[in-house]
Amino acid sequence: MEVFSLLADGFAVALTPYSLMLAVAGCIIGTMVGALPGLGPSNGVAILIPLAFSFGLDASQALVLMTSVYYGAMYGGRISSILLNIPGDEPALMTTLDGYPMAKQGRAADALVLSGVASFVGATFATIGLMLLAPILARIAFLFGPAEYFALYLLAFCTLGGMASNNQRKAALAACMGLGIAMIGLDNNSGLPRLTFDSLHLMDGIDFLVAIVGLFAVSEVFIFIESHGKNSAIGVKLGKITIPVKDIVRSFFAMIRASVVGFVAGVLPGAGASLGSFLAYMSEKSISKDKDTFGTGNPRGVAAPEAGNNAAAGGALVPMLTLGVPGSGTTAVLLALLMTLNITPGPLLFIERADLVWGLIATLFIANFVLLILNVPLVRIFVKLLSVPAWVLLPGVTMVSFVGIYSLSGSYFDLLLMIGFGVLGYFLRKIDVPTVPIILGILLGGHMEDNLRRAMVISGGEWTYLFSSPIAIGLWLAAFVGFIAPMFVSKFFKKPQAITD
Amino acid sequence: MSDRIFGALTGLVALAYIVSATQIQEGFLPDPVGSKLFPILVGSIALLCSIAIVIKPDESPDWPGVGTFLSILCAIVALVGYAYTLKPLGFLIPTAVASGIISFLIQRRFLTAVLTGLGLSVGLFVLFKYALGLGLVAFSKNLIG
Repeated sequence: MEVFSLLADGFAVALTPYSLMLAVAGCIIGTMVGALPGLGPSNGVAILIPLAFSFGLDASQALVLMTSVYYGAMYGGRISSILLNIPGDEPALMTTLDGYPMAKQGRAADALVLSGVASFVGATFATIGLMLLAPILARIAFLFGPAEYFALYLLAFCTLGGMASNNQRKAALAACMGLGIAMIGLDNNSGLPRLTFDSLHLMDGIDFLVAIVGLFAVSEVFIFIESHGKNSAIGVKLGKITIPVKDIVRSFFAMIRASVVGFVAGVLPGAGASLGSFLAYMSEKSISKDKDTFGTGNPRGVAAPEAGNNAAAGGALVPMLTLGVPGSGTTAVLLALLMTLNITPGPLLFIERADLVWGLIATLFIANFVLLILNVPLVRIFVKLLSVPAWVLLPGVTMVSFVGIYSLSGSYFDLLLMIGFGVLGYFLRKIDVPTVPIILGILLGGHMEDNLRRAMVISGGEWTYLFSSPIAIGLWLAAFVGFIAPMFVSKFFKKPQAITD
Repeated sequence: MSDRIFGALTGLVALAYIVSATQIQEGFLPDPVGSKLFPILVGSIALLCSIAIVIKPDESPDWPGVGTFLSILCAIVALVGYAYTLKPLGFLIPTAVASGIISFLIQRRFLTAVLTGLGLSVGLFVLFKYALGLGLVAFSKNLIG
């Protein structure tokens, strides 16, 4: 089997002492990032990017570190969901529904172990899926021309706007904001400045890292000032950690089902981990015989969203690596990392940089085992972290973001821009406009326009070229359905808001 | 109501965006799409979305009181100040002041805020300088004289 020999090469890359150390460090940092409410995976990874550069890591090492952080954050999110009833990151929202009631019944340790195992099952499933599916998709991606890529980017925005948000108008507006910001700077084709208003600072365009850190990290400070850190309430006590064998065995098939659902949701460009955990929970609830016990501490209600969340996180790497279209906010940040490292994701990545891809996949397997150890027997250490008060954590995160961004560009203008994005992010979050489409827009805007222009150059300005291949037509249809369909089913599929105790 | 104001604002911004996009200078290379079309397209979709938001707004969120907005304004001023003083004054002093102010704004206790500021500034300096090897300057030379 070709796959196994490639994977063996990957392990040869991943098992060097330095890579292994980076993977372990990434897992620890990632679990911390995930566990701390107010520090989500996207801004955790975004803040670390400048630091990784100043560390002088090469492409594969930086990728090892960041993907370990990414997987770690997906594991860590459940800890505060279960103990504090506050999701540590967005995908962990569904885990609060049954995790916190279970903890209140005195079964906090059981819930943590069960969800840790579920995370492991989901993430391992997704990594195997990634290993098998990504090379196939990479081969299909060779058939993609500019018209297909343009439709694919459109599909990413449509699924993101349609399925992952409550309000399509606002999601579409957010995507336009991002695309609009991406247009600022020098035009790729003509080399002339566009929309810079004669400001020299804007000639290079707006760096997506500045926007990400501003929208996610800085805006969090304002949110916490508003709430006065009241959300960091003391949660439930954690008892002795034992392994609830009965619960794990009984919910094992729920984990497998949730992994499948989550993985599929993750692979869809633009969908991501939050949708994965949501769909996993909903589908598990709807096929279960004891529907009524969901929401009151059903172990399967803890296992399913966690397996789904982690499977989706792995699945989201598939379109990111093979097509260069991220499936979620955090994979968008990882894509930004790849682009900054001068690596172009896409089908050629699997041929030209096979060592990098398979090293990454091998790292994900290793990271999973490390994370299982960190999150089951050693979970107590991370639980301690939850007692870090918001009034230390948030200033700290802000200062790290400032130093990170400043070390990257050394310009005051970027810092001011970051604060500006922070203020914008605060208002957008207040009125429920999703911020992930903005990031995706800034990141993909240039590529989307380039592909449109290239397609038009090839066809000599004939617009029907955009719909000329079966793949392109399929993608346009999927984009249309992805955006329109949720408007009709949303009545039956309402996303729950965070429950208050 | 918040949504209506927001939609009106973004609508105006979208209009301004479209207008400035029409002023973009075209390159001399033959290109059927050109530099203007995509920005105009994006602006137009944004305008449509804004109109849709004005016509069909969601319920207004719970806006905080004037006091909170003043606190947020203080935080913004502190952060802008931090951005400008980080280089001329070195790392330690601006970081201590800025993180102290933010800490105070989150939890109104003066002493803990001072301690948080000092602790974070020294702690992060040690972390960045010695653990991660960033070239930070503790105090500026002009300050020590």
